[in-house]
Amino acid sequence: MSAALQSAAAAAPTLRQAQFDYLLRLGDTSLVLAQRLGEWVGHAPALEEDLGLANVALDLLGQARLLLSYAGELEGCGRNEDALAFLRDVPEFRNHALVEQPNGDFGFTIVRQFLIDSFQRELYAALAQSTDERLAGIAAKALKETEYHWRFSSRWLVRLGDGTVESNERVQRALSELWSYTNEFFAEDPVDRALAQARIAPSLASLETRWRAVIEPVITEATLSIPRERGKLTAGKRGMHGEALGYLLAELQFLQRAYPGAQW
Amino acid sequence: MEKMQRDWPLWEVFIRSKAGLEHKHAGSLHAADATMAIEHARDLYTRRMEGVSIWVVKSSDLVASDPGEGASLFEPARDKVYRHPTFYDIPDEVKNL
Repeated sequence: MSAALQSAAAAAPTLRQAQFDYLLRLGDTSLVLAQRLGEWVGHAPALEEDLGLANVALDLLGQARLLLSYAGELEGCGRNEDALAFLRDVPEFRNHALVEQPNGDFGFTIVRQFLIDSFQRELYAALAQSTDERLAGIAAKALKETEYHWRFSSRWLVRLGDGTVESNERVQRALSELWSYTNEFFAEDPVDRALAQARIAPSLASLETRWRAVIEPVITEATLSIPRERGKLTAGKRGMHGEALGYLLAELQFLQRAYPGAQW
Repeated sequence: MEKMQRDWPLWEVFIRSKAGLEHKHAGSLHAADATMAIEHARDLYTRRMEGVSIWVVKSSDLVASDPGEGASLFEPARDKVYRHPTFYDIPDEVKNL
């Protein structure tokens, strides 16, 4: 075997491993957020919002299923979407730390949603052009759903921010608390670099510019301000999570853990 | 000072199920403004692909007939069966009339 072929053979699993990790990041972010939004069912401030949040949750769950199924096939170890969703523990999850943060009040949930919707919208728009055709297909479908999620959360952010003194204070507090979790979106690591190089995923720097351009006018319209401090850097996408995720997974995974292989 | 209204105003929702058909009344919902009413209508009434277009109208903007005037409004039509187009022979080739 020639040296070039040997190095190609050695490089191939690395890209595959990076792809697997990347798909987990996307899929887990959608899965964990879907679970969080599901917690609102029966508790939202109005019946109409209850259904609205549940619809968003179901869109995200659908995305997670497609992404985790694909991740399982790429990994080639026989794990399907269910095995990946129900039988991994906290450190194996690759979601952004933002989405595991507990719901708080309705305003807090809206700010969290606004930050992730705007990011996912730009991300999926870019991924729809991916050289990985299957991922591009999933992204194109997810983009249509995310456009609506973004519309929902950004309109609510303006209503609450530019609403009463109390609603403004609450969402500003939420924005100040959650802002630092967005650092992670754009903290490039070897996985991001490998995928950008293979033109499977966009470069995070280009994404950040577009993301800022999208959120800033809405935050201004909502009469809110972005914190000056960038704050801490979380690393949920590398498996470092807070304790909140453990409780979330306990609920999400209980049935499969208690009754392995249970079916409807 | 005016008492702050607790509930969002009521809106009536009309859904067009496909292009070429008319908007039909689907139900009603609460929303703070027109944009929110459209979003709620989308979430409540089109989540099973029921529609391609939505109208919302504030319920307070609807003008309704008075049930008390039912006798004079509707009963005169009762004995005028000739207004139904049932006295024509419809050719077989005509599918939709």
